[in-house]
Amino acid sequence: MLVITCPYCQEAREEEEFSYAGEAYIARPAVPEEVDDATWGDYVFHRKNPRGWHWEQWQHVAGCRKVFAVKRHTVSYEIAGSWTLADGKALYLEEQA
Amino acid sequence: MANRYSLWSLIKNGLKHHESWQPAWKSPQPKKNYDVIIVGGGGHGLATAYYLAKEHGIKNVAVLEKGYLGGGNTARNTTIIRSNYLWDEAAHLYEHGLKLWEGLSQDLNFNVMFSQRGVMNVGHTLQDMRDIERRANANLLNGVDAVVMTPQEIKDMVPLIDISHRTRYPIMGASFQPRGGVARHDAVAWGFARGASELGVDIIEQCEVTGLIIEGGRIKGVNTSRGDIMADRVGCVAAGNSSVLAKMAGLRLPLESHPLQAFVSESMKPCIDTVVMSNAVHGYVSQSDKGELVIGAGIDSYLGYGQRGSPHVIEHTAAAIIEMFPSFSRVRMNRQWGGIVDVSPDACPIISKTRIKGLYFNCGWGTGGFKATPGSGNVFAHTIAHDDPHPLNRAFSLDRFATGHLIDEHGAAAVAH
Repeated sequence: MLVITCPYCQEAREEEEFSYAGEAYIARPAVPEEVDDATWGDYVFHRKNPRGWHWEQWQHVAGCRKVFAVKRHTVSYEIAGSWTLADGKALYLEEQA
Repeated sequence: MANRYSLWSLIKNGLKHHESWQPAWKSPQPKKNYDVIIVGGGGHGLATAYYLAKEHGIKNVAVLEKGYLGGGNTARNTTIIRSNYLWDEAAHLYEHGLKLWEGLSQDLNFNVMFSQRGVMNVGHTLQDMRDIERRANANLLNGVDAVVMTPQEIKDMVPLIDISHRTRYPIMGASFQPRGGVARHDAVAWGFARGASELGVDIIEQCEVTGLIIEGGRIKGVNTSRGDIMADRVGCVAAGNSSVLAKMAGLRLPLESHPLQAFVSESMKPCIDTVVMSNAVHGYVSQSDKGELVIGAGIDSYLGYGQRGSPHVIEHTAAAIIEMFPSFSRVRMNRQWGGIVDVSPDACPIISKTRIKGLYFNCGWGTGGFKATPGSGNVFAHTIAHDDPHPLNRAFSLDRFATGHLIDEHGAAAVAH
């Protein structure tokens, strides 16, 4: 059972209160009409699916219902932290750079 | 075959106190060069190697396995075999597999304990029943056997099931595939390994692939924990770890790896002689030859490579089983495990060439790969041998996620995915 902290409620709660909402910070092509099918398919379907640290979205469905970002390890399931989507994105971009 | 199994060989070895049985497959040192390397020594990978050698005459093949044979999802599933898929492409592919299962023990001279005890998919709502009727009709049109059953017919076949109206989700009917069933998971890996090894395939355990050697858009070989091994053709059959391998080649796959849990009970006297699956309450159960109830359900929602999931998923599964079989509420569970399943967006596999010449992927089987083991290996071997897909897996290419020709079996099959 994962124990996740909601950055809005500021409380650590059990996983059952939350619902997984997939990989975080997938960039939508800026002008969808102009990209080819392969690029669009990549955006819609293809995922990083890393074995290691993963930035993902969780929704606090049984609480505030807000979606936020969590950085979690996909092998040890250790959670490095959780942030609002905006705060997390800054950290995420810093890591990617 | 050097050591062919038969009643005669059993008697002969019995008289020698069973001390002179030969190992079922050889464990050679890896050579420097092969015609084909298969990455992943599970059922699908071993079947691919077997059919490459048997049907396509390509015998200079290595199967590289990072752990031990069949120690991944082959050993971590609930061994259910069926082919009652809704869409033509999927039905044909899985039916091809089911037909191979039917002759597999004879073909391999190894008892895979394939038991055609039937697979029942129970419906609990009006919409379930509409989907079941539709799927059964689609199955019959595709030459797949299917019967629609009433609650009383279900009760006659599975006396322990609760068909009363007291339950939260009363059972309204079911589809039944008489030719479906279960097989022994280890025997499938061992049988294919033995068959492939006899035909000259090198099976190399404890050999982890750490990189792919690619030059000028062509695969040249693999880096492994036991040195570099060269081959012009490499087939990746790594289930949950497919995305990791794809990344080594700079590819992205439309896959997400999730934990899928299952568990077995203590051994009991025979009480259920078919497989019962429910998509609506979400659980499935059969009884193994040892008498254990083998129970499984859905995946954990999050991404995970940890081969374990969360306890609340087990609780939901147990609740679903007890909803259908109240008398199982006192059954004690013996052990529990998790496998890593690579789920694709349309719940159908990817058996495909890639933009790197000579590199092939067979992945995305998600929660239902075991049933396809021989069929998957058979068509993948064809794909590698001819550098062109078999007619049965042409639709299962990686391109479909760009063209939009998905084969949407998610939920459409009214079965537990």
